[in-house]
Amino acid sequence: MSAVSVQNVVKRYGSVLALNDVSFDVAPGELFGLVGPDGAGKTTLFRVLTTLLVPDSGSASVLGLDVVRDLWDIRTRVGYMPGRFALYADLSVEENLSFFASVFGTTIKEGYDIIAPIYSQIEPFKHRRAGALSGGMKQKLALSCALVHRPELLLLDEPTTGVDAVSRREFWDLLGTLRASGLTIIASTPYMDEAARCDRIALMQDGALLALDTPAAVGKRFPRPLFAVASPERSALLQALRAYPHAASVYPFGASAHFSDQRAQLDTDTLMRELTTYLQAQHLSGITVTPIEAGIEDTFIELMSTPSAAPATSRVAA
Amino acid sequence: MNTVAAPASAAKAITAHELTRRFGSFVAVDRITFDVTAGEVFGFLGANGAGKTTAIRMLTGLLSPSGGEATVAGFDIRTQTEQVRAHIGYMSQRFSLYDDLTVRENIRLYGGIYGLDDAAIKQRGDEILQELRFTPSDKAMVASLPLGWKQKLAFSVALVHRPAVVFLDEPTGGVDPITRRQFWELIYAAAERGTTVFVTTHYLDEAEYCDRLSIMVDGRIGALGTPSELKQQFGATSLDDVFVQLARAPGAQGAA
Repeated sequence: MSAVSVQNVVKRYGSVLALNDVSFDVAPGELFGLVGPDGAGKTTLFRVLTTLLVPDSGSASVLGLDVVRDLWDIRTRVGYMPGRFALYADLSVEENLSFFASVFGTTIKEGYDIIAPIYSQIEPFKHRRAGALSGGMKQKLALSCALVHRPELLLLDEPTTGVDAVSRREFWDLLGTLRASGLTIIASTPYMDEAARCDRIALMQDGALLALDTPAAVGKRFPRPLFAVASPERSALLQALRAYPHAASVYPFGASAHFSDQRAQLDTDTLMRELTTYLQAQHLSGITVTPIEAGIEDTFIELMSTPSAAPATSRVAA
Repeated sequence: MNTVAAPASAAKAITAHELTRRFGSFVAVDRITFDVTAGEVFGFLGANGAGKTTAIRMLTGLLSPSGGEATVAGFDIRTQTEQVRAHIGYMSQRFSLYDDLTVRENIRLYGGIYGLDDAAIKQRGDEILQELRFTPSDKAMVASLPLGWKQKLAFSVALVHRPAVVFLDEPTGGVDPITRRQFWELIYAAAERGTTVFVTTHYLDEAEYCDRLSIMVDGRIGALGTPSELKQQFGATSLDDVFVQLARAPGAQGAA
């Protein structure tokens, strides 16, 4: 049985199609990522799975329970960490945790072993008001509150937005630990480096799934050989690449630009040689051209730029 | 063109010397010294609580230093705060335009605040919309724009008075990967026109787009250099590794 099963879910807010015929399954024990920008539909999907919103059409089940019919059962068996800090700023760390435990008919003591790896890090500050915590500590408290009743499914909506790189890495390490204990986790993120830490990811854009696969397989979906091209003359390089008659895609990626050639049938060496010759003729200095493996973000951009790759479903005219 | 290692004679857009800010006994910014060259894209990084926001508040004339000196666009941040503010632009984390004004009204508002006359406001408005290849109507309410357009427009409006230095606080949060790249190309174009770009982010792959970076740790500058210099210096394959090494170093407060 799937931990989560979503079948053809559609949700509209007025003329906005927030979820456009979304279907996917999450296996028990999986760390599953919903990856996409603001407005992709990630939060709406969480609200459907947590029984807070009823889909306009389609169906969804969580732990074998229907999200419309069995809402009260689902609510006791999932843990949800919303995107915005939703704890009580005027209660202490311990009071918040105690409150969430009591709502679910349990106590901190009974849930302690499951929250220990996270809560032990903030327990020295248990008398501090939650509102006075740092971003990283608030996030750990919110996770402890979502876990204290021993949920079978953990739903995390952009848990690391606004959090620094060290705390983000620690947070994903913690999710790895929880996953190893058998918990099923669905987490959303707008960032591709976090997506790479999931077992499988769903790329979302404008309410639709663009792709659903392992992070490595998503990268492999990129349809053409890809090159990282660098020159100290950054803008001139981008312009020259875009003017190249065989260019299929050109995007800045940090210090270099990622380039792919329309002639996917040609071998990498030929493509590289021709591109280098062309760029030298454009009088660009210090050019390097390196063949690279496409990543999640390359594929995401590719799928966003080719509308036919999106599921062929009816679009509601706005 | 963006030059990574600028000649020593190049104009300095920002200079900070032993810049310090204390709050009671807590030293939020502890004698930081660095320069930013005109036209540079400078990344200003650090863990939550490392002192970034305090430093930026001093450099934008919102907070007076407890010690040290700094200049922004050639003006002293202690004695010439009005001139500093007139010569900088600022775009906040989320969004700094007024949702219930139209695109043009926002441009007119910010142009007016920065003292442009009507003709200049009209001209800059046309330039901004043209540069963005702005397809929605300029009479559209900002609230009705997609997030990507809002972010790009907010950046251009922060440059309405052609400031010498623009401060960007987490400018690309939540936008899709294509818009994010369009945003960086706008940043490069501004830098090539000579605007200095001072940008903060928590995302180290974003930092790769900068000419040079500084990473603050416990109120000090823990590292400063080009992205490739920093990776080399720390024997790291990614800036993420550099950041984690620095933030977890002995004496670093960590991110409890």
